[in-house]
Amino acid sequence: MKLSSKIYSAVIFGFLFAPIAVLLVFSFNEAKSLSVFSGFSLKWYDELIHDSNTLEALSNTLILAASATAISTIMGTFAAVGINKLRTKWYRSVMNTVTDIPMTNPDIITGISLMLMFVFVGRLFGASSSLNFGTMLIAHVTFCTPYVILQVLPKLQQMDSSLPEAAMDLGCTPMGAFLKVELPEILPGIITGAIMAFTLSLDDFVISYFTAGTGFETLPIRIYSMTKKTVSPKMYALATIIFFVTLSLLLISNVVDNKDSRKLRELQKSQKQ
Amino acid sequence: MKKILAICISMVLILICFAGCGNSLTLNVYNWGEYISDGSEGTFDTIHEFEKWYEETYGQKITVNYSTFASNEDMYSKISSGAVSYDVIIPSDYMIARMASENLLLPLNFDNIPNYKYIDDSFKGLYYDTENQYTVPYAYGIVGVIYDANVVDEADTGDWDLMWNEKYSGKILQFNNSRDAFGTAIYKLGLDVNSADKAVWDQAYDELLVQRPYVYSYVMDEIYNMMEAGEAAIGAYYAGDYFTMVDAQAENVDLQFYYPERTNLYVDAMCIPSCAKNKELAEIFINYMLSEEPAIANAEYTYYASPNSLVYNNASYIEDMGEEAMAVLYPEMESFSALYNQYAYQNLDAETLDYINTLWENVKIN
Repeated sequence: MKLSSKIYSAVIFGFLFAPIAVLLVFSFNEAKSLSVFSGFSLKWYDELIHDSNTLEALSNTLILAASATAISTIMGTFAAVGINKLRTKWYRSVMNTVTDIPMTNPDIITGISLMLMFVFVGRLFGASSSLNFGTMLIAHVTFCTPYVILQVLPKLQQMDSSLPEAAMDLGCTPMGAFLKVELPEILPGIITGAIMAFTLSLDDFVISYFTAGTGFETLPIRIYSMTKKTVSPKMYALATIIFFVTLSLLLISNVVDNKDSRKLRELQKSQKQ
Repeated sequence: MKKILAICISMVLILICFAGCGNSLTLNVYNWGEYISDGSEGTFDTIHEFEKWYEETYGQKITVNYSTFASNEDMYSKISSGAVSYDVIIPSDYMIARMASENLLLPLNFDNIPNYKYIDDSFKGLYYDTENQYTVPYAYGIVGVIYDANVVDEADTGDWDLMWNEKYSGKILQFNNSRDAFGTAIYKLGLDVNSADKAVWDQAYDELLVQRPYVYSYVMDEIYNMMEAGEAAIGAYYAGDYFTMVDAQAENVDLQFYYPERTNLYVDAMCIPSCAKNKELAEIFINYMLSEEPAIANAEYTYYASPNSLVYNNASYIEDMGEEAMAVLYPEMESFSALYNQYAYQNLDAETLDYINTLWENVKIN
């Protein structure tokens, strides 16, 4: 029984990580081939540093992801607070469903419909090319915001609603009560929402593809257009770097998390005593 | 009050989004991915060199926005949506014919493209642009058969029959798109690849069914890895890509290449789409691409044949490519245009295309 469960998890982990392992190994390959490992070399990393187009695509992707995250986190948090305050039951469930739509919609439909809308509005204003960084940002905010709401709303519901009331009772303004009492309480939700928004924006291809204008190329679009010829091993190197950066961020956040929960446990213990 | 404020803020946001285009001089170029010398591995950085050259010559700063697409159809959908504006695009022949017929291309002013004189005459007046109005050819290629000489007997090579040879059952790769796969069968039979006659396609379909049990896999760019590793031994692909495979082949693999008698030829050409904002600048860019240094750098980078006489007559280019590569890339032929107009894929009508696609699905299901 125990052995079979071990094998099961080994297989699962194999499927999850074998592709990344292959990519990692071949990013150090001296030759361009994916089949022959002809020797260890950092050649492709060197190539990557000197490939200004790819680096620009990378910085475009990061700029877009960071701005989309900032906007959608703020908007999503406000929306969640608003939805949480709704007292009419049907209105509240309508709002919940509406904000879920961009999440459940297939990417391709979101992408095409956004593109059509941008073109339509652009024509209305007489612009000859309506797609640019702004439209891409709007598109990314559109699909990121629901995820932030999804993360923040449960935190608000878990929170004791008498807490901000108590704060206001003790002389806080509503704004002060929100900033000093509610916000710290729902902060973990906001952070998770922001991280989700960032990763979603980072790896989105379909929606970006439809809403990208001239001259603002994100990394997924650039890699996709390389498929006419073979994808250059430079991309393996880039993917490896991205993988390790994400991994270390994850590790750091886990360590911080653990410290926090340990502190919390100690606090609770001391309170009991 | 709050509502008015909210409306104002959203209006400002919308305005910011549409005010992206300033007055600075920009040129938007849309090309295939990995289809220009981009400065990697110490090569010539075409786009940046152009920006530098332009500033030196005209004394004005310029920004080139260079974007890439993965297929003609991707590019077409983007341009025809009217959502973007590009100044220079580099599509393939059949797509050029389609775009020209839909008025999506602008006629070029060749006064701004004096280097056009270096283009070989056999690349002028091809079917997609019979009056040389819209296009300046950028690169061309011919489909040939690639085989592993360690597996395949030299005596079996020479024509399309090799891809139908039972001896190499399980070692053969066929194209994974209907047009190219049917093309191989039709060339083998000696029929017309642009036929609207269903009987022609039915015959090709039967050929593909005969071939089917011998096929190892239907592939597009997976062919690189399969051929390089020796996983498969026979496959048809473009001449330029053959060299990419040779560069990466495994030790026990010896890839060779030949042209069958009848085969597909294609041309990719630079055009200016009707959404272009700066036509003159686009023409200057096209002219620059035809000048010696960038043209040679691009031909060496992409490994495709160039129709530019400054390239294929250049001594250092010939030396860099090597005798074998020159022989493969620039095969001796009486007239490119005659072969091209006879064998190249042209736009088929929608009904025929549908018919082929249905047959193709049957090939893959059977």
